[in-house]
Amino acid sequence: MEFPEELKYTEEHEWVMVEEDLAVVGITDFAQDALGDVVFVELPEVGASVEAGKAFGVVESVKAVSDVYAPLTGTIEEINDDLIDAPEIINTSPYEDGWMVKIRMAAASDADALMDAEEYQALIAEES
Amino acid sequence: MQKTPLNQIHRDLGARMVDFGGWDMPVQYAGVIEEHLAVRQAAGLFDVSHMGEVEVTGSNALAYIQLLTVNDAAKLVNGQVQYSAFCYPEGGIVDDVTLYRFSDTRFMFCVNAANTDKDFAWMQQVLADSSLPDVSLVNRSEEFAQIALQGPGSEKILACLTDMPLAQLAYYHFSEGEVGGLQMIVSRTGYTGEDGFELYLPAAAAVDIWQKLMNAGRPYGLQPIGLGARDTLRLEKGYALYGHELSREISPLEAGLAWITKLDKNDFVGKAALVSQKTNGVPRRRVGLNMLERGIPREGYPVFLGDNAVGVVTSGTMSPSLKRGIALALVAPEAAAVDTELEIVVRNRRIKAKVVRPPFIA
Repeated sequence: MEFPEELKYTEEHEWVMVEEDLAVVGITDFAQDALGDVVFVELPEVGASVEAGKAFGVVESVKAVSDVYAPLTGTIEEINDDLIDAPEIINTSPYEDGWMVKIRMAAASDADALMDAEEYQALIAEES
Repeated sequence: MQKTPLNQIHRDLGARMVDFGGWDMPVQYAGVIEEHLAVRQAAGLFDVSHMGEVEVTGSNALAYIQLLTVNDAAKLVNGQVQYSAFCYPEGGIVDDVTLYRFSDTRFMFCVNAANTDKDFAWMQQVLADSSLPDVSLVNRSEEFAQIALQGPGSEKILACLTDMPLAQLAYYHFSEGEVGGLQMIVSRTGYTGEDGFELYLPAAAAVDIWQKLMNAGRPYGLQPIGLGARDTLRLEKGYALYGHELSREISPLEAGLAWITKLDKNDFVGKAALVSQKTNGVPRRRVGLNMLERGIPREGYPVFLGDNAVGVVTSGTMSPSLKRGIALALVAPEAAAVDTELEIVVRNRRIKAKVVRPPFIA
């Protein structure tokens, strides 16, 4: 299982890549593996406001429904439309093609509070 | 938690294990969709050793079974299997079962794992209340392992391990013979809607037979299959599952099991209530729902006809074969006609669905 060094992570198993005041968000390799085959993704509208810690979308596997939480407060700048017709991309490429949304952050410094790869791996070692 | 004799095999295969009604069972190995498609296109091997087996013997065995079950067991011949159910006097379902006839004085029920103790207690109570002499009930669940081999490649795979004339073994029939050098019951039944077999064998031999089957099946694409795919496979075929489509609060007439409920046979437990329900109108109907829009129906989601709440989803999933949401639901009669357009509430949104008669795939 991979956890790229350049990403930030949340306790709810999202990853964040910060590009100036934009944050690209997806779910981690650990999360996609735990879910199993992803068969449905629900994303917010572009322009929607999201709040850190609140659900902004849903991923469903064959068996389960899971909320996806916003790691940061801001507005949705872009969504990954490819996931609507091919949700399995989240399984095959969780950190690249499987990105879910780009959030324009209200305060870019909020990202500093997120976990780094090492902290996140310690967290999932505890959980599994 | 209870374990089947194959528990270590599942762990060695890297299966994800779950608590299934008190049993530590594999929910998936390679992944639900891959496993599902393997069974539809090639073959799959399932550990179903958690299922219960209860033997009924004695000169009044058939008379007792006629009283206990809703189907007409008198129609069975030796070597035949029948799908049936036990009901409470009020008409609700105790369990759905398969019944095996070995002779006119020896039968066996296969019952749902989590219901085994409840069912056995119920069988004893019905027997005591009947005052029928010479009927013996033995719960043999711990002696048996059960392995299901399902999929179009099943007969070729099983033929590698037995000289039994499998081509002559018809659907819902069984035979006793040697497989992999071991005497067992070979039943042409299953819960996937594909051709296949359910093997009842001594628990101590389960690991050996499982491995022989996996080795024989490898050239045919045989894969181990978990409970996740077992559920999607049965749902595509519209098969009821106890605890979802079937329960104490649901009658077989509501659950789509009228075809096994023989109201014209002599008295059986629940008959009066079911006859009355049929006379007065069955209050709910089990239907199939095909989603017309994106979205996956799940158990418990409300179902609407226009502004009226008319029922609830009892099982739902993304169909791996159709790549579309499908569901079984219990709805009011006015919402049950084929082609009726209903709406399922998915996370506060209403998603259109159409009533169909299962199975969802041919």
